Amino acid sequence: MGKRSSWALPYLIFMVLFVVLPLLLIAVYAFQNGMGGFTFSNLTAFFTEPKIVNSFLVSLEVALENTMICVLLGYPVAYILADKSLNRSAVTVVLFILPMWINALMRTMATAEIFHTLGIQLGKGTLLFGMAYDYLPFMIYPIYNVLDKMDKSYAEAAQDLGAKPLQVFMKVTLPLSMPGIISGVLMVFMPTVSTFAVSEILTNNTIMLFGSVIQEQFYNMMWNQGAALALVMLIIIGFTTLLPGKESGIEEGGLI
Amino acid sequence: MMGVKRIFAKAYLWLILIILYAPILFIAVFSFTKAKSMGNWTGFTLDLYSSLFTGATSDSRAILAALKSTLIIALTASAASTVLGTLAAIGIFNLKGRRKATLQFLNNIPMLNPDIITGVSLFLLFVSLHISQGYTTVILAHITFCTPYVVLNVLPRLAQMNPNIYEAALDLGATPSQALWKVLVPELRPGMISGFILAFTMSLDDFAVTFFTRGNMGLETLSTYIYADARKGGLTPELKPLMNIIFLLLLAGLLLVNVRSFRKRKQQSD
Repeated sequence: MGKRSSWALPYLIFMVLFVVLPLLLIAVYAFQNGMGGFTFSNLTAFFTEPKIVNSFLVSLEVALENTMICVLLGYPVAYILADKSLNRSAVTVVLFILPMWINALMRTMATAEIFHTLGIQLGKGTLLFGMAYDYLPFMIYPIYNVLDKMDKSYAEAAQDLGAKPLQVFMKVTLPLSMPGIISGVLMVFMPTVSTFAVSEILTNNTIMLFGSVIQEQFYNMMWNQGAALALVMLIIIGFTTLLPGKESGIEEGGLI
Repeated sequence: MMGVKRIFAKAYLWLILIILYAPILFIAVFSFTKAKSMGNWTGFTLDLYSSLFTGATSDSRAILAALKSTLIIALTASAASTVLGTLAAIGIFNLKGRRKATLQFLNNIPMLNPDIITGVSLFLLFVSLHISQGYTTVILAHITFCTPYVVLNVLPRLAQMNPNIYEAALDLGATPSQALWKVLVPELRPGMISGFILAFTMSLDDFAVTFFTRGNMGLETLSTYIYADARKGGLTPELKPLMNIIFLLLLAGLLLVNVRSFRKRKQQSD
């Protein structure tokens, strides 16, 4: 047995080189000025430059709203798909993931074109619509996975013991499907904060999300400043994903 | 009572499906007309299709080149990820305690990281190692974010497998490589295939990581090409027939798989 554990060695080396080292480099660059000297100014810029702070706050707001919209729209879809008395076909499930196989930027541009054709001005509303459209499958699938595998006898037991349908849902089904919701939220929230192309297309560059700011810094060769913003994001990701504990449902509710 | 609930459920599913498919159908419809801006119908024509296939314009040649790069990158990266990830899964499965937890934690990082962080961090790696960026760096970057999905797809197969059959093969005189190819790989194949498909999909759809690791030698994938289009203010017309063809192929594939599983079920019940 002992020998086969060494089969993970190539992957370990690969990950140290292409995952750990690059992340450390973000931290190294974040604390350097252009000449290679140590500085805090890249990080303090995050708090002092209004443009950066604003885009960060706007990104959090948009991500929060988008995540809520995705949960509210996606949960019923997952629930219906997983309920054998309402849906018996596996094709319907695949129909909800199929759009993901078509290039996301292309779909986003088409969404923007539809708004254009309908004479709707691009802005916050169209951004939220397009974001929800892009990320909905990522919310539906993990929740569906959990609901589909859930032992139905819990809900039946609650029913037999006299719980009303709403009570069964609130006290049994919803708590049991939390791992799916959490993993869906993970797949929607941070990607929304960090997205850049999608928000540019859907708002005609009027709303700049945090990802766009980072991208712009790198585009303008300001690597150290960009790295500092990426570091801020990394720290937030660390907090949001490590705090709930390791059992936050990626393994259980993972995509496909 | 049940009937009303069913109707509501069906109506809701259809409503969401219509929203999800509206942009795709919109592009599909306007792939059959020549007008440059969408939403402007100037009569039915297959001009865009013939232009795309014959490479008549410089745009269509650029799109075909981007499509080729996209496919080469996706196939290479997902094949490499499948090999690396399967070996890694076998290794992780046989590890214990802290080492196992560390590797699983490392494996989760690329999945939790937003694309832009993966892209930026690898960009900094290649820049500080003075590696010139192009095909190779993009493929390495894609392997980085694809492999964790292979690992996660193979691990459950290992858990379901009888752990003794590999040892039995060795006891009966198989060399380790024979035991790998004749015993382990067939057992793990379903997980490897679903991992490969997932890796391939992630690679095809990637934009941010490619954007940061492709360098400035003019390497374009479909995603970066479309992003350049967006910056210029409009979709290149020949992209519309391409997207429609991809969509129809996907639908056909779905239908085929479904008909096959329907037949199988029928055979079983007969």
